[in-house]
Amino acid sequence: MIAGYIERDGLIHRLPAGVKLGGLALMSVLVLPVSNPWLLGGLLAGIVFVYASFGRVGWLRLRRWAALLPLLAFIALLQVWAAAWPAALASVLRILVMVLVADLVTLSTRLQDMMDVFTALLSPFARLGLDVKRLALAVALVLRFVPVLFAAWQGRSEAWRARSPRRPGLVLIGTFFAGALRMADQVAEALDARGFSPSDRNRKDPA
Amino acid sequence: METRTLVRIALMAAFMGVLGLVPPVPLPIAAGVPITAQSLGVMLAGLILGGRAGAAAVALFLLVVALGAPLLSGGRGGLGVFAMPSAGYLLGYIPAAYVTGVLARASWPGGDFPRAFLAAVAGGIGVVYLCGIPVLAAIAGLPLLKAALGSAAFLPGDLIKALGAALLVTTVLKPWWSAADTAR
Repeated sequence: MIAGYIERDGLIHRLPAGVKLGGLALMSVLVLPVSNPWLLGGLLAGIVFVYASFGRVGWLRLRRWAALLPLLAFIALLQVWAAAWPAALASVLRILVMVLVADLVTLSTRLQDMMDVFTALLSPFARLGLDVKRLALAVALVLRFVPVLFAAWQGRSEAWRARSPRRPGLVLIGTFFAGALRMADQVAEALDARGFSPSDRNRKDPA
Repeated sequence: METRTLVRIALMAAFMGVLGLVPPVPLPIAAGVPITAQSLGVMLAGLILGGRAGAAAVALFLLVVALGAPLLSGGRGGLGVFAMPSAGYLLGYIPAAYVTGVLARASWPGGDFPRAFLAAVAGGIGVVYLCGIPVLAAIAGLPLLKAALGSAAFLPGDLIKALGAALLVTTVLKPWWSAADTAR
């Protein structure tokens, strides 16, 4: 699976994940009232420079956000219609700055480090019944299930195409889903068989 | 919570991720309508898992995306997507799955299909737009009405998805829907 993290040893990579997330939150508040297109443009140029410092990988990463351009053009059009073009330019630049800065945090932080910050942030909810260990297992399961489900879907649609000139329809989704849910239940049984207990209160001691 | 429920929540979250990777099943009536399959996953999560577990599956999906997994349509992911003008729609997916799940299990006149369809429309469209439009207006600096008009472009596609979700759970996925019902 394509990862969000890019391996490097730069300054932002060495900053602790919590600091980066805090900085991101602070920046989102600071950038909101700025409406000077020159200031925002300069900021954006600085961010693009950081991406460029990663070399080819950085440019490729920037290109991933090209899908955002039609949406931004649409917003700019609505803005020109609603207000004036400097305001349109400022809001488009502001969105680009925030999206790219946030992605900078993602590409410079390992998934595990990010998970650690999130679990720390979520720990107050533990009192309300959120089990952080169970959450970590759920995240790991999702990351593992995505390629498995993807492969299962491709297998089924190839089997369909080998046998029928028609395009796959709803029936395929049905069998795919039934298979996936059966697999999920087997995973649950396997977890239970290995002593995983969803909550400590329900733990059945072998003794 | 049973282990089985936990794993099913994870499965549903992963399914939403796969919907972002797989080009959606082509529907002839949807020609030309912009469709991201992900909101179909929101409706299905609510319909199949019910309110609470459905919302948990969507929240888990968004958490994994926020951690950096590129699972949103177009291979996007990470914290950047929550700074986008469409962030409100994304976060609105959580209450949307909840409302869909609760409404689909409430008693309605008129049988299974209208019940599932109306629940998917109320949650997957009503709640999503209710959360998404104000955030779009705020981030893009637009008047509320204009943001709402802009969002209306997605209405035909979303209605088709609600129709598809209702059709799926009342036909091919029916065993799983009723199984979820008796499990509660």
